[in-house]
Amino acid sequence: MFKENQRSLKFDWITIALFILLVGFGWFNIISASHTGEMFSYFDLSQRYGKQLIFILLTLVLIVIILSIEAKFYERFSSVIYIVSIISLLGLFIFGKNINGATSWYAIGSMTLQPSEFAKFATSLAVAKHISDIQTNMKSLQDQLKTILLISIPAILILLQNDAGSTIVYAAFFFVFYREGLQQVYLILAAIVIILSVVTLKFGVLSAVGLSAIIIFGFYILKKKRRPLIIQPITILLLCIGFSFGVKLFYENILKAHQKDRISLWLRLESDPQKLAEMKKTILYNLNESEKAISSGGLTGKGFLEGTRTTGKFVPEQDTDYIFSTVGEEWGFIGSALVVILFIALLIRILYLAEAQKSHFSRVYGYCVASILFIHFMINTGMVMGLIPTVGIPLPFFSYGGSSLWGFTILLFIFVKLDANKVNDW
Amino acid sequence: MRKLLLFSIIISVGIIFIGRLFYLQVYNQSAYDPYEDNAIRKVYDYPKRGYVYDRNGKLLVANQPSYDVMVIPREVKPLDTLEFCELLKITKDDFKSIYEKAYRYSPRLPSVFVPQLSKEDYGELQEKMRKFQGFYIQKRTLRDYQTTIGANVLGDIGEVSVATIEKNPYYKMGDLIGKQGVEASYEDILRGEKGIKFIQKDRFNRDIGPFKNGIYDTLPKPGKDITITIDAKLQEYGELLMKNKRGGIIAIEPSTGEILAMVSGPSYNPNLLVGRDRSKNYSKMHFDTIAKPLYDRSLLAQYPPGSPFKVINALIGLQENVVTTQERFSCRMGYYLGSRRLTGCHHHSSPLSMNDGIAQSCNAYFVNVYRRIVDKYKDPAKGMNTWSEHAKSFGLGNFLNNDLFVGRQGRIPNGDYYDRAYGKGRWGSTYIVSNAIGQGEVEATPIQLANMAAAIGNRGYYYTPHIIKNIEGDTIPSAYKKRNYTTIDKEHFDPVIQGMFDVYNEGTASTLRIPDIEICGKTGTAENFVKIDGVKTQLTDHSIFVAFAPKDDPKIAIAVFVENGYWGSRFAGRMASLMIEKYLKGYITRTDMETWILSHSLENEYAKPYSGKPFGINRETALQVVDFDRPKEDTSGKNQNERNQ
Repeated sequence: MFKENQRSLKFDWITIALFILLVGFGWFNIISASHTGEMFSYFDLSQRYGKQLIFILLTLVLIVIILSIEAKFYERFSSVIYIVSIISLLGLFIFGKNINGATSWYAIGSMTLQPSEFAKFATSLAVAKHISDIQTNMKSLQDQLKTILLISIPAILILLQNDAGSTIVYAAFFFVFYREGLQQVYLILAAIVIILSVVTLKFGVLSAVGLSAIIIFGFYILKKKRRPLIIQPITILLLCIGFSFGVKLFYENILKAHQKDRISLWLRLESDPQKLAEMKKTILYNLNESEKAISSGGLTGKGFLEGTRTTGKFVPEQDTDYIFSTVGEEWGFIGSALVVILFIALLIRILYLAEAQKSHFSRVYGYCVASILFIHFMINTGMVMGLIPTVGIPLPFFSYGGSSLWGFTILLFIFVKLDANKVNDW
Repeated sequence: MRKLLLFSIIISVGIIFIGRLFYLQVYNQSAYDPYEDNAIRKVYDYPKRGYVYDRNGKLLVANQPSYDVMVIPREVKPLDTLEFCELLKITKDDFKSIYEKAYRYSPRLPSVFVPQLSKEDYGELQEKMRKFQGFYIQKRTLRDYQTTIGANVLGDIGEVSVATIEKNPYYKMGDLIGKQGVEASYEDILRGEKGIKFIQKDRFNRDIGPFKNGIYDTLPKPGKDITITIDAKLQEYGELLMKNKRGGIIAIEPSTGEILAMVSGPSYNPNLLVGRDRSKNYSKMHFDTIAKPLYDRSLLAQYPPGSPFKVINALIGLQENVVTTQERFSCRMGYYLGSRRLTGCHHHSSPLSMNDGIAQSCNAYFVNVYRRIVDKYKDPAKGMNTWSEHAKSFGLGNFLNNDLFVGRQGRIPNGDYYDRAYGKGRWGSTYIVSNAIGQGEVEATPIQLANMAAAIGNRGYYYTPHIIKNIEGDTIPSAYKKRNYTTIDKEHFDPVIQGMFDVYNEGTASTLRIPDIEICGKTGTAENFVKIDGVKTQLTDHSIFVAFAPKDDPKIAIAVFVENGYWGSRFAGRMASLMIEKYLKGYITRTDMETWILSHSLENEYAKPYSGKPFGINRETALQVVDFDRPKEDTSGKNQNERNQ
């Protein structure tokens, strides 16, 4: 035990420092975004910044616990953790509390807990366990489907609870699969799917089909394949046509109105000025206000607690999903660019550590951590800056909320623990 | 390779995001301005608008508080509509439609619910206001006219237009601005400077406290009071005389250029443009395109001046040395070129010298003088240019550049004008003889004619006619204290003024003499035409009169112009004489003349062209006689008389 503890002190302090910087800076911005008057106490528990401080202090306890548990525990008990997490998600259908249209919370007194935040690390553990299994070959279709199943169960449960944003996060595992040997063709396929979807929605099915035809036949002619195999490109083209129609159908009939509006705004599809004016008052309002808040910060920002838009609570959800707009207004370009750099540094550091792992399990898990944090960071800040359609997911370590803070902390510190233990791996 | 995918995506996303932040926060930036920040509510504190006094210190325009009931629809809570409607004196249907209109405009922004409550209603409502959430009372300052006259002089204030807001950032939606008259020309002085308070608000538009503890806030600066040159009594009398007529009167003090009276007929009560009925009354007058009460005829009516202009030709003739005061010209009921009569004339003795030429207003005499001026040089254009320069030195043919809100240029043609019209060298003096008698291409406004009379009375100079006498704590522009000299030498004025004096003694205005006052004047009768259904139709002549008095060291110069009043002494001459007597003596001795003016209306004359029936003009018309109230004998004026003598 003593030996073990000594080794555990070889934690990666760079990761921990980045984590502390992000959480600390995040808390100052929550103060700005949630304080209501000129006079306030930092420990006022009736206010969100006071609660968040409690969450942060509890996080420290959590970190100590995570780091003191033996590293092998996480690998051995990954299936158990995964199953518990799935059960907690299933339980929501019976005991869940509906907030803002999503049934994603357990209410315990005045506290609420969001199990989907914890499902991320549970799924990561399970995926890491499965992929690192000596019998698993990521190039075989069977194992690929098994892994996808592991991810799909929590993803679908979360989607059914009407939290589409958190579901999208599970796309992060694509990066993990690719790293662990998924065939190149899937990468090309993913690129095609994205391009075809965007072209279909923006320019219509006909353009998408035309584009695919040109590319496919151009490709075949350049390759100078034997003539008789004309059936192959035609099949691919037919698949493309089918997919394109599928996207159109999905967009028009399956997506909910607000989701459709977000996409149509992002792709600037709406041409009806009346509808556009209507949108400006509703969904575009958030976006406009957050963009305005960020721009109004200028180079150096208005200073801590001096942001007029933040103080006026102009940006809805500004202490949770839109917290980055507060950073932009009060700390300016210097502050917000620093936050971006801190995140990028943390992600690169995790990737670097993951690649250095001797244990396959640790490496896959590290990749999961980096991918999940990256997707969150990209979607959230991209949305607040107006680069990505509105998707309601929190900014890791920044956004107000105990569940997400704890979820991300556990996700990250399990990896810190695994990393510290790498000398014991073989 | 596989290791690099996520790594490179992370790096590119980082670069893109920092680029986007740079674009939003550094590249696409202007300096922080609390005015532009819609998170800051700007509350304006409106200062008192300056008062307006007449030249004798009589208060003409003051302020009155007015209370608007405002509504912010989304803050409205269920209320006792019945009680509320009763307090506001509106019906429940009114309530519903006003509320819906306000909601449609904006649920978040305040709209006027009921404008301009009376003081009594306000008092009653204020007590109960707290019961009606979402409604509040906003105080505004409206004008309170202490008089019923001088609407065209005083002007009015109204909500600022969008075009003005775009040009001048001082004004915000809903601000009041001077629209006409001195309210418009002295807007900057009268309005003062509004104060501003910046208040931090939240996204529900609720105030949450002063922004940065009020460091940007400013206090309002009150508007300055002004004294205008108008003599309220004279103005009132002029408006009384102008009743049932259309036209303009301008009276100027020649020794200062101060405008004593500025009457436009028909006039209206300035109180019509205050309060709840302002827009109703305004559009009623605005759309009266026949009587045009909003059209200030004293400044804008531009017509051929007729015979008063002959005086200018006499002066130019003397200055150019083409005629002497003694030289006589004959008149055979007109001016003949060979056997062709270029212009007609009326009965008078012949031949006549300059003195009689002016007194009898002989057309032939002035055609002779005018032709000599134009033909002085080989090129008639050169003669015309000389003539034009002289005439323009009397303030004719150009803007006066004064402090009146509106004005017209008038027209004094020169050689180039006719070169353009006829071709260079293809015209001569005989083409343009109408200018000799103030017809043809010459045009002037009443204020230009009054100024011309002042210049003659001053024997060769005038002060730019202006309306400002005094600004509280400030000086009036020096331009109004500077003499503008005419191009005519001083010695030429006396014979001409003698001729104008004889107009009253033996000439065309001999019936208009006022005991004890030596008036110099000149009658004018101007032909005029309008288009009726596209056909050019001649109407009854305009009656014009220009005068100054006393003959030496004049105290008042006046121009009167009455639309379709026929010959000069008939309406305009009488009115000018009465105005002069009223101003110099303070009371009227020629009550016969006053009675005639007050009892005769031209309304039927004005209605004729629009009746659709054939009608006669000038001699073929009969005057309409109306009932009238004689003004009360003003005994205080007798003291003023002593002051002026």
